[in-house]
Amino acid sequence: MDEGYARRPRVGLFVTCLVDVMRPSVGFAAARLIEAAGCEVVVPAAQTCCGQPAYNSGDTASARTLALQTMKAFDGLDYVVAPSGSCAAMLKLHYPRLLAGDAEAEAVARAFAERVHELSSFLVDVRGMTAVPGAFEGRVTYHDGCSGLRELKVRAQPRRLLSAVPGLELIEMPGTETCCGFGGLFAVKFPAISNAMVTAKCANAAPVAPDLVLAGDLGCLLNLAGKLSREGSAIGCRHFAEVLAGELDAPAIGARREGDPA
Amino acid sequence: MTDRATFDAAVAAALADAPLQRALADVPAGFVAGRRRARAELPGFERLRRTARDIRDHTLAHLDLYLEAFEANAAKAGSEVHWASDGEDARRIILDICRKADARVVTKSKSMVSEEIELREHLAKASLDVVETDLGEYLVQIRNERPSHIIAPAIHLRVSDVADAFRAQHPHLPADRDLETPEAMIAEARDVLREKFLSADVGITGANFLVAETGSAIIVTNEGNADLTMSLPKVHIVLTSIDKVVPTFADAWPLLRLLARSATGQALSAYTTIVTGPRRPGDGEGPEACHIVILDNGRTELLASDMRPVLRCIRCGACMNHCPVYCSIGGHAYGSVYPGPIGAVLTPALAGPGATAHLAEASTFCGRCEEVCPVEIPLVSMLRKWRTRDFSRPASRRSRVLLRAWAFLAARPRAYRVAARLGARTLAALGGSRGRLQRAPFASAWTRYRDLPAPEGRTFQEQWASRRRTE
Repeated sequence: MDEGYARRPRVGLFVTCLVDVMRPSVGFAAARLIEAAGCEVVVPAAQTCCGQPAYNSGDTASARTLALQTMKAFDGLDYVVAPSGSCAAMLKLHYPRLLAGDAEAEAVARAFAERVHELSSFLVDVRGMTAVPGAFEGRVTYHDGCSGLRELKVRAQPRRLLSAVPGLELIEMPGTETCCGFGGLFAVKFPAISNAMVTAKCANAAPVAPDLVLAGDLGCLLNLAGKLSREGSAIGCRHFAEVLAGELDAPAIGARREGDPA
Repeated sequence: MTDRATFDAAVAAALADAPLQRALADVPAGFVAGRRRARAELPGFERLRRTARDIRDHTLAHLDLYLEAFEANAAKAGSEVHWASDGEDARRIILDICRKADARVVTKSKSMVSEEIELREHLAKASLDVVETDLGEYLVQIRNERPSHIIAPAIHLRVSDVADAFRAQHPHLPADRDLETPEAMIAEARDVLREKFLSADVGITGANFLVAETGSAIIVTNEGNADLTMSLPKVHIVLTSIDKVVPTFADAWPLLRLLARSATGQALSAYTTIVTGPRRPGDGEGPEACHIVILDNGRTELLASDMRPVLRCIRCGACMNHCPVYCSIGGHAYGSVYPGPIGAVLTPALAGPGATAHLAEASTFCGRCEEVCPVEIPLVSMLRKWRTRDFSRPASRRSRVLLRAWAFLAARPRAYRVAARLGARTLAALGGSRGRLQRAPFASAWTRYRDLPAPEGRTFQEQWASRRRTE
């Protein structure tokens, strides 16, 4: 994507707290894709968590503090991109609601929301990306994260990008739009129900016999990978960004590492 | 009302109940696929949802006006309207009507409002022979249960459960009769219920909608049982609630077009009956008296609060059919009259918050309920509102302390980065070369059922900063 002498858009990568700690390779894959889409990547050090756990637990005060902190950290950037439908929906749809009542903060949140995008939506809808750096020989299936699918209408974008990956065969599983049972703190507050849901999800994936289950949210992926490995399944789990970017050096999520001293 | 421990026990029992799980596994191919087909066959379905929402919102904004109009027009048609502020009030009114009619046998069609006020149990205590005439409700009644779904009350039962219940309930029939097929059971139920229909002194129905312009009640069923319930006895009682009113018939049609499509996937329920008063001179049949009991039971408080949109509900059950939590645990585990997402929003309002805090928590906020709701109730935001109210309650102290501690750290990026590094290293070390933890400190709720994938060891922020430094 040659933009000539025009300034490349500066994209703030909202890493997400889960990617930061649990799966940094998703962050690097996202950065690589954003750069491949002709943008400069900036990672503000002052970002932590979007505040969704507090917001969804009813702790509005804490959620507001974290919303204001996040918006400040990304001030002055052209776009804010998150490799997560859930966090992106929090930033884009819920910050304005959360800050409603404080006219100034709400106006800031509305302007901020305009710049926020989920990763695949940014690449396809904003940047018009059609070719991707990665290649993958194998079968994959894709799980739609609930927030991305229903709140941000992210459905076609990741599939379109995956169809551009040489060697990759995407096979849909039944019930792809059904929740995996993660639900943030739900997974630990109601472990038995969460387990029933993720068990059903794994049962839907099994007949497809994919090499990988892909998704756009690390929460779902930790849940799916953890359940599949507990069941002794050989199916791996990765964020779609890892496959699109060709960042496949790290073992699949929760998979055994070969001689990795980390 | 159930508390968290009761809920957990009920959930465990439901998850271990193999027949229940088989019944719930049929929901996607039944109700969910039905709605999907019906939606695809009706162009403008989504536009119709917005119309329906607007009709409900308009009515709720002028509810006093339309209820008064309904009362005046119902009186003109010869009905008597009774206002009941709570369940006790409604039960007293209905028992009085039954007593004045010298009633012995009372037939009843399906009504969630009657479940809400436990009407059947109370009338039975007053020595009335009360019989549910909807087949599912009849089954639930003879098994001494509660409905597990608002439109399919016996969805949790197998065919063999029905046969067993019929043999126990109908000892006057030959013990060796054939009850192998649903047809045989339906025929038996029809025979038993016919006698009750013919001997009933009072018939009680619900109402799906009340039409203010004529004082009419609209009642839909698939079995036609409401028609026999209301037309054969001397007295017809409609038990309903204040939120059921619509201004005109023109407002009722869009709601009816959505109701069955959202519920079962039918274009319309098999029977749609409009009742306007009792039998008139010259009518060949019909009751001599028609009473309409309209219940409040906490709804005016909802109306005055930011929870008002919950009163848009037309009780189609789509939210529970599409709810992965409902489809995992079934309706009984909720321990509330109204199960599923709408129940989790409505119950704290009807029963008082606090005791039911777990209902709002038992959701992943996946949003499928509000995606299919025919009147666009923002169920997820309303559940979040209940969580926000519950958060400051004394019982929430433990989660409050933990969340506040986490938020305190998250609001201090430098300290947070240090903690994140420490956490990533610790978990990576615990995972070792396996790449996962089968048991984790403070995460037993997670690792009881699944592994915890181990992190890579260094945080993204840490690695990004060091890469930038070396560039």
